[in-house]
Amino acid sequence: MAEAAESPGEPGTTSPRPLFAGLSDISISQDIPVEGEITIPMRSRIREFDSSTLNESVQNTIMRDLKAVGKKFMHVLYPRKSNTLLRDWDLWGPLVLCVTLALMLQRGSADSENDGGPQFAEVFVIIWFGAVTITLNSKLLGGNISFFQSLCVLGYCILPLTVALLVCRLVLLAKPGPINFIVRLFVVIMMFAWSIVASTAFLADSQPPNRKALAVYPVFLFYFVISWMILTFTP
Amino acid sequence: MATTATPAGGSRNGTGPEWGGFEENIQGGGSAVIDMENMDDTSGSSFEDMGELHQRLREEEVDADAAAAEEEDGEFLGMKGFKGQLSRQVADQMWQAGKRQASRAFSLYANIDILRPYFDVEPAQVRSRLLESMIPIKMVNFPQKIAGELYGPLMLVFTLVAILLHGMKTSDTIIREGTLMGTAIGTCFGYWLGVSSFIYFLAYLCNAQITMLQMLALLGYGLFGHCIVLLITYNIHLHALFYLFWLLVGGLSTLRMVAVLVSRTVGPTQRLLLCGTLAALHMLFLLYLHFAYHKVVEGILDTLEGPNIPPMQRVPRDIPAVLPAARLPATVLNTTVKAVEVTLRSH
Repeated sequence: MAEAAESPGEPGTTSPRPLFAGLSDISISQDIPVEGEITIPMRSRIREFDSSTLNESVQNTIMRDLKAVGKKFMHVLYPRKSNTLLRDWDLWGPLVLCVTLALMLQRGSADSENDGGPQFAEVFVIIWFGAVTITLNSKLLGGNISFFQSLCVLGYCILPLTVALLVCRLVLLAKPGPINFIVRLFVVIMMFAWSIVASTAFLADSQPPNRKALAVYPVFLFYFVISWMILTFTP
Repeated sequence: MATTATPAGGSRNGTGPEWGGFEENIQGGGSAVIDMENMDDTSGSSFEDMGELHQRLREEEVDADAAAAEEEDGEFLGMKGFKGQLSRQVADQMWQAGKRQASRAFSLYANIDILRPYFDVEPAQVRSRLLESMIPIKMVNFPQKIAGELYGPLMLVFTLVAILLHGMKTSDTIIREGTLMGTAIGTCFGYWLGVSSFIYFLAYLCNAQITMLQMLALLGYGLFGHCIVLLITYNIHLHALFYLFWLLVGGLSTLRMVAVLVSRTVGPTQRLLLCGTLAALHMLFLLYLHFAYHKVVEGILDTLEGPNIPPMQRVPRDIPAVLPAARLPATVLNTTVKAVEVTLRSH
């Protein structure tokens, strides 16, 4: 703001303007757009960038979103205490994971007439309503996380369980037997623990420090139910 | 009016005299007294307050512009800065007022904060309440204290749902998982909410001193015993063991609830009615969950896949051998159980 444009009618004037000194004391709230000429070059660049995403090609948009989703997947697979999932939340990843899980947990519709439809809906409803319930619970316990941030974290942390389902399907192609079951049990338990650790790494910071256990327990139940559905699945 | 407005407009940073507080009153929206002569006219709507403030600021702005017009002539940015900044402040305040209105309307209809006080617990408190729910206290002359919280009961209901799902041991249950999930949730929540309401209604008839929240909390914590019993007996299928646990653990948690209710009711008939109903419902629910729920499950299994699962027997039940994957652990478990049963029977 100090380098605001000089009045064009007075080029080369070197006398100090008393009003500029006064300007530094006045606070202008940043989110009200500046009228007329853009006096802050940085700000104008940002606004130009925002409007230009409308004009970019669809491929650019999709690739950018895919990269953001992929980055978050990496954060879930290697959970560190970071704010990426919370800061720029999005629900694409959870949607993709939920649909994948629900599709793969279906039986083939050749078996009986009640298949397919209800199963997909059941898994979908369980995941989303479970996530909503956990979010409401953590908000009521006094957490300072927003609704969609929490949904985002819980959805992304289903990724290890989806991997477990893929592995289980592969293992089920082999001969059935107790070893089959034990392998699947082990895989599911590992991924279940991974999911809980990942979601705790992101969610625990938003809770008051003495109530973390209260917020984590429903997450444990939620992933337990999903793991149980995966473990007891046979094609 | 101009005199009251000027310090309000000029002292933006709240450093003015007592009108600084006047500023804060407007922004808090709580005070209805803006101006004595307008007190009857304001309807309490903050928009009107803002409108008045806006009006005053405009007048003041006009005065300030007129006064500063001579010396600020030609200092283009200067005048615009001052006037623009004021108008921005006013716009800001209008926006705040509008936002406040909208959030007030929203909070009327979508207020989960109503429930917030009932979730104000510490883990240590939840732990101690869980343990206390198994310990009946014999003090019946004084109303016993009931913790009015909803976190513990809600989590216990969800745990019961998870345990019911875990009890479905057949492997090819993924379709049934879906149907059973709905049934499990419906059963558990239906019991908790329905029986609480029914007992609350009876308590109203019997003049017992208990509120709905307390009844929900009491019954919710009473489900802790059910969770323990089902967790153990879904893994060890021994009927004698189940009856033992049913009487012991179920009985203890029922006694606790009964003692609390007795301490809050006056009159032998009322006490008998209320506590008898609660005890009967609570114990029968546990019985139902262990036996008849399985029957419901197997009914669904039978209709969906045909009766290749042996019907429920009244002897210690084997984990069905149609489950190939669990044959090994099933065999081990069944052998152990049979050995225990033989030992018990020989006594």
